[in-house]
Amino acid sequence: MKRLLILTTAMSLGGSVAATANEALQKLIDDPSQWAIQTGDYANQRYSELDAINKDNVGGLQVAWTFSTGVLRGHEGSPLVIGDVMYVHTPFPNIVYALDLNNDGKVLWKYEPKQDPNVIPVMCCDTVNRGLAFGEGKIFLHQADTTLVALDAKTGAVAWSVKNGDPAIGETNTATVIPVKDKVIVGISGGEFGVRGHVTAYNMADGSVAWRGYSMGPDSDTLIDPANTTHLGKPVGPDSGTNTWEGDQWKIGGGTTWGWYSYDPELNLVYYGSGNPSTWNPAQRPGDNRWSMTIFARDVDTGVAKWVYQMTPHDEWDFDGINEMILTEQTIGGTERKLLTHFDRNGLGYTLDRVTGELLVAEKFDPAVNWTTGVDMDPASATYGRPAVVAEYSTEQNGEDVNSTGICPAALGSKDQQPAAYSPKTELFYVPTNHVCMDYEPFRVSYTAGQPYVGATLAMFPAPQSHGGMGNFIAWDGKEGKIKWSLPEQFSVWSGALATAGDVVFYGTLEGYLKAVDANTGEELYRFKTPSGIIGNVMTYQHGGKQYVAILSGVGGWAGIGLAAGLTNPNDGLGAVGGYAALSDYTALGGALTVFALPN
Amino acid sequence: MNPDRTACRHRRLQPRLQPRLRRAALALAALGATATAAPAQEAAADNLAAADNLTAITREEGRWFTAEGVPTYKIEADGTLDWATYSGFRRYHSECHVCHGPEGEGSSYAPALKESAVAMDYYDFIGVVADGRTKVNAAQTSVMPSFGTNLNVMCYLDDIYTYLKARGTDAVPRGRPAKREEKPEEMRTAEAACLGT
Repeated sequence: MKRLLILTTAMSLGGSVAATANEALQKLIDDPSQWAIQTGDYANQRYSELDAINKDNVGGLQVAWTFSTGVLRGHEGSPLVIGDVMYVHTPFPNIVYALDLNNDGKVLWKYEPKQDPNVIPVMCCDTVNRGLAFGEGKIFLHQADTTLVALDAKTGAVAWSVKNGDPAIGETNTATVIPVKDKVIVGISGGEFGVRGHVTAYNMADGSVAWRGYSMGPDSDTLIDPANTTHLGKPVGPDSGTNTWEGDQWKIGGGTTWGWYSYDPELNLVYYGSGNPSTWNPAQRPGDNRWSMTIFARDVDTGVAKWVYQMTPHDEWDFDGINEMILTEQTIGGTERKLLTHFDRNGLGYTLDRVTGELLVAEKFDPAVNWTTGVDMDPASATYGRPAVVAEYSTEQNGEDVNSTGICPAALGSKDQQPAAYSPKTELFYVPTNHVCMDYEPFRVSYTAGQPYVGATLAMFPAPQSHGGMGNFIAWDGKEGKIKWSLPEQFSVWSGALATAGDVVFYGTLEGYLKAVDANTGEELYRFKTPSGIIGNVMTYQHGGKQYVAILSGVGGWAGIGLAAGLTNPNDGLGAVGGYAALSDYTALGGALTVFALPN
Repeated sequence: MNPDRTACRHRRLQPRLQPRLRRAALALAALGATATAAPAQEAAADNLAAADNLTAITREEGRWFTAEGVPTYKIEADGTLDWATYSGFRRYHSECHVCHGPEGEGSSYAPALKESAVAMDYYDFIGVVADGRTKVNAAQTSVMPSFGTNLNVMCYLDDIYTYLKARGTDAVPRGRPAKREEKPEEMRTAEAACLGT
């Protein structure tokens, strides 16, 4: 009897700890002086209330201080600022630095994990890492080798460490994690190695597993409730994670979860997208391949999916659905709604009701997009919610060993993981985009565990009949599904944006420029060339009463593959090759943090 | 030609050679016997042979080989590319390009293989692909995995190698090769046997 009583006490104690953890972190996130989470806030808006730097004075911005990370590979994500300390991370080997903002960025502690270098080649597209997270006095680092480690934020000492996946079968990590309530929610990479994607919630206190939901498989694996989990308003029914696959193909089905996560505390739901089905050869995996390419809304406590929406059934182009889900409150048709806006790799900007998963808007956010004529928005239609595929650009319909040419966007998508920002003041989304098209030829491949499982040949080139560049930075109206303005860029914009109450929007470019533009007009107000190309995300914080803007530079990632050598249009012949200047003419490798401020 | 050197070359090739390569090496030995005997000319010819790891001399089972029995590309006068090298273009862009960049041009973190294929000895090149290679030190973290068990790579390794050599010499421009021959039937058979399909 006594033991039972103790148990009950412990349980209720656990409950209150959970609530405290959430409130403490929420308070930090709500304080614009801090940058307590990679995404700026749980809604993934990447919006700051700070306005000391504004559109009238941003032109006078100067470099306040810099820091070299000592690592050469691609630097994604951004630092965190918690109180007087800035936490900076690096790509593999995933070093963490704690820098003292009271003492000119002096290194308070440094943590460098020991990882098996054999994880390096199993990572698709460079050894990037999208940053640290914070909660309950701990810094969370999800390493390349899928080790999730909790470090004491004060000392860097390891509090606990767990292994989320197995690099020997191609499971790796590039993403950050999201701390929610008493849990840390964690994804997995490896879609090009036939990994079956999953999302796992670890208990923040000790690293034990609370739940794991797979992207495909039996309902017990996917945590999908056949009667209550809905797809466009209708229950999905039993075995939805296996019945659109042939045989056991779902076991190597892809749908990895390497993007960003958002969270709505009122609904207790966490939102994310799943990646491409494996292989890239669609003929080898007939069916819709559910739930790859899907927006998931899962209950934080149980992991059970409330609703799902598959954007690209039976992917034929590698249009991973992992990009961020930005949560906003906006009025549509006279009613304020809880919305979710998502800019997919497939080139469509989606707006959904995030309570129910109802599809409200699906429009192209790059006019170059040609693989689809649009999404069927008629709830009465048999193809409701499905994109209409243009036969000419269908690598499935054209078949194996046939080169489908001129598909827009390319496999890297009209937008990849680099996160957009949203300003509640302008009600506009600020979106870094790719303006790149491709030829795609699928062919048969065999699966070997831990080996690439791709099965297509791709050639990528700047969108034809356009400005000749490979990127745009756009402002998007999510209610209307319309581009408000678009800034052409020579290279893909591979940096995450930041919007502020000062009516300024910041982003970085692959040449290495940090740019500031007017949030209303897009007019360029400031640019500065940092030491290397930017694939990191812009962040801002306030320290000692002064606002700072910080960016990691260090070119690499997906962008480092094609753009290091320059892209060519095979249809243009030899003469045009020189027209697409290589990124290496503009920048070189090297991780560096640059922090900006207005002069005193 | 120095018979000792021919024998030496033979010893080096034989244990690792597939039957068709061994035949090519034997053909080479026969060719060597008829070569000029003048010492100066002999040295010049040897240098040329050493430098020429490219010229297609013999064809067996649909694939072209150099005088030394090393796989190579062949471009006809009208620009038609041999099937194997075209196949290498496809396989390279499936298996290799996410690290080594489009068309063997290299990336921000992996070397340009179009240069490696020309600079490296064929057997060393094959060895690195099969066994992998690790260069992790203060200056770099470069790891080539072992592809020895990956049929999507190993069954097409000679195709990929000849494609990269063709790129390294600019015999094939960037982008998709414009003209290619039809897939030879014997290569179709060999492919199926290798993949076990």
